[in-house]
Amino acid sequence: MMQNERRTISVLVDNEPGVLSRVTGLFSGRGFNIESLSVGETLDPTISRITLVTTGSPPIIEQIIKQLRKLINVIKVVDLTETEFVEREMLLIKVRAEAASRAEVLRIVDIFRCKVVDASPHFYTVEVTGSESKIQAVLDLFTPLGIEEIVKTGKIAIARSKK
Amino acid sequence: MESSGAEILLESLMREGVEVIFGYPGGVITDIYDKLPSTKIRHVLVRHEQAAVHAADSYARASGKVGVVLVTSGPGATNTVTGIASAYMDSVPLVVLTGQVPTGVIGNDAFQEVDIVGITRSCTKHNYLVKETEKLAAIIKEAFHLASFGRPGPILVDLPKDVIARKAEFRYPRKVKMRSYKPTYEAHPKQIRKAFELMLQAKKPVILAGGGVISSGAHRELKTLAEKMRFPVTTTLMGLGGFPGTHELWLGMLGMHGTYQANMAVAACDLLIAIGARFDDRVTGKLDEFCPDAKLIHIDIDPTSIKKNVDIHVPIVGDCRNALVKLLNLTAKEFKDRVRGGASDHRAWLRQIKAWRETYSLKYDQAKDGPIKPQYVVEEIYRLTKGNAIITTEVGQNQMWAAQYYHFTKPRTFITSGGLGCMGFGLPAALGAQIAHPKKLVIDIAGDGSIQMNIQELATAVENKLPVKVAILNNQYLGMVRQFQEIFYNKRYFATSLTGAPDFVKLSEAYGAVGLRAEKPSEVTPVLEEALRIKRPVLIDFRVEQEECVYPMVPAGAPITNMLLA
Repeated sequence: MMQNERRTISVLVDNEPGVLSRVTGLFSGRGFNIESLSVGETLDPTISRITLVTTGSPPIIEQIIKQLRKLINVIKVVDLTETEFVEREMLLIKVRAEAASRAEVLRIVDIFRCKVVDASPHFYTVEVTGSESKIQAVLDLFTPLGIEEIVKTGKIAIARSKK
Repeated sequence: MESSGAEILLESLMREGVEVIFGYPGGVITDIYDKLPSTKIRHVLVRHEQAAVHAADSYARASGKVGVVLVTSGPGATNTVTGIASAYMDSVPLVVLTGQVPTGVIGNDAFQEVDIVGITRSCTKHNYLVKETEKLAAIIKEAFHLASFGRPGPILVDLPKDVIARKAEFRYPRKVKMRSYKPTYEAHPKQIRKAFELMLQAKKPVILAGGGVISSGAHRELKTLAEKMRFPVTTTLMGLGGFPGTHELWLGMLGMHGTYQANMAVAACDLLIAIGARFDDRVTGKLDEFCPDAKLIHIDIDPTSIKKNVDIHVPIVGDCRNALVKLLNLTAKEFKDRVRGGASDHRAWLRQIKAWRETYSLKYDQAKDGPIKPQYVVEEIYRLTKGNAIITTEVGQNQMWAAQYYHFTKPRTFITSGGLGCMGFGLPAALGAQIAHPKKLVIDIAGDGSIQMNIQELATAVENKLPVKVAILNNQYLGMVRQFQEIFYNKRYFATSLTGAPDFVKLSEAYGAVGLRAEKPSEVTPVLEEALRIKRPVLIDFRVEQEECVYPMVPAGAPITNMLLA
C-alpha cells in the first residue's frame, strides 16, 4: 500500500456560477476526498481561487491534479505542497466567560494573539487565525472553560515569494 | 440589425458547417423550430430523444464531423442523458442543444423544468446555461471548438425560452478565446525517443490500438509503423477498424471476448504500446496480472487516461497521429542501421504468436440441419458485403459476435456503444451513419432485447427513406446475461427470457418497412441477399440457437489469460 499524502492545492478558476460544483463534483464522482475548501475572488474579479486540502496516495493525487486541469473552467492548478507556502485558517469561537474564567480567556487570547470580537455577560467570541496546529492548541485550551459554538473556515494558502 | 436568439443559434450552426440536426420539438423551443425550415439545415425527426443522441453520435463517428442534437426542456432533456453518457464514454464530438424554461422562472419548479446542466455535469465534457442572448453566438462557437478539440466529447448548451426569443446583434467570433483548456497536441520529442529505444530493444512487442487511433485519423500511420517494425497489433472494441482485420499482423480484439492469441500475446509481451486506448477493465481483466513483465508506452491526448489504471513507463501526451508521425520519422532515419541491423529481432515472438493463433479461439459449428448459429449470420453478412458495410450494433452478445466475426478493415465502419454499453444504440446509430453516408450499406447487428429499446426508430428510417438493414440475432433471451447465468449461476435463468417479444416481421411491416425471417441455416444467405437487394429499410428476424454463448470469454475480474474457450 502506498502511503497517503496530504496536499494543499491551489486552483485558479473562472469566477462563474457552477464552477465550484464542477470542482467538488469531480471529487465526489471519483471518490476522492476533500478535507478543506475555501473560495474567493482574486485581484481579477473574473477569476476565483480555490484552496483545497486533500489526502491520497501519490497516484490518486496525480489523478486529482490531472482531472482538475481537464476541467474547462480551470485556468491553473498548483500543488503548493511541492513548494514553500504560507497557510492560514480562521476560527470564530464562542467561549464561556463567567466572572471566574474571564481573565483566563483573555490570557489565552493574549498569548495566542487572538482577538475578542464580541462580548456578552456569559460569553466572549474570539477570532483566531493561524496554522492548523495553532488553532488546535487554542481549541484545546478553551475546551475546559466551556465552548458554546465554533465556526471554522477552510484553509487558504499562498506560495512564498522567491528570495 | 438585430436577430432573435433562435436566428442567432441557427446562423451560428450554419457557420459551423452543420448540415443535419437530430431532434424532437417541444414547447420552449418552438421559436427555433419556426425558423429551422428557412435554413439549409436538414432536420431529422426521431421518435425518442435518446435515439436523437445515438444517431448524432453515430453520424459524428461515421463522418468525422460534430453531431448535433436539438430537444426541448424537462423530459426532452432528461431523455438525452443516456445518449450523452454513451458519447462521453466513447469520446464522441457532439453538441446537444436543450430547451429550458425562461430565465425568470429557473429554479421555481416551472412546468417541464429540469436542471439539465446539473444533471449532465458529470457526463459531458462541458456544459453551458446561456443566460444572455448576446452571449449565445460565442457560446456556440466555443461549444463546437470544445466538442472536437483535444479529446472529443459531448457539450451541452441549455437554451432558456426567453434567451431564444429576445433579440440581439449577431456577431460570430472568428476565434475562440479561452484562458484555460490547452490540450497538448505535440508529443514530446524526448518521450518519443525513449519510446523508440524501447521499441528497438523489445523481443516481444505488441501494439494495442484504441478508439483514439480512429478519432485522430492515425490508422495509416499505425499500419505503416506496425509493418515497418513487424509488430503485431490488437485493438480494443472501440479500436476495431483502426487496423485492418485481415492483416497478417492482426491479432484480433483484446480482452473479455478477445482472441486467444491477442490475450496471450498481451499477457506475455515485454513491451506494450498503447495508442489512444484507456485500459478499460473489459480489456485489462485483473489488473495485477495484466502484462506483468512488460514495459508500457502509452500515447493519449488526455493526460488523465495515462497512469489511471496501469503504471506507464513512457507516457506520451499528445495527438495519436502526431505521435505516430514522429515515431515514423525516427524509424525512417534509423531504420537501416538499427532495425535492420537486428536491434529489434523478434522473429521468435512472431513464431510464438503463430502457434497461439492455431488454437482457433473463434470457432463454431454450423450444422446443416441444426439451428442457425448467430456467428454464421455475422460471417455471412461479412462475406456478402465483402467487408464494405458500416456496421452498428446493439449491446450484448450481438455486439461481441459482430466484433469477432465481421472483419473490419477500415476506420469509422464499426459503430458501437463501447464504454457505456448502451442497449438501444444500434438502430438509431444506423440512421446516423446512413445519413452521413447515404450511398453506403449500413447494417445494424441487433439482439432481440436491445432492438426493443429503440425499435420505434423504424418510423424515422421509413419516413426519411433510410435503407438501413437490421439483422436481429433473435435468441429470445437477453443473451449476454443469460450466458452469465448459465456459466456463473448454475443455469438459474431469471428475468432473461424474452418470450413476450412481438412478431418482428409484422412489426416491421406495421412501420412500413420490410420484414424478413430466417429459421433454418439454408435460409440465411437467400434472406440476406434479398435484404441487400431491397432499397428500403429491412428488418430480418434470424431465429438463432437460443443458448449459444460468446466465446472466448474471460470471467469479469479474472486475468485475461484465464479464458473459457468454446
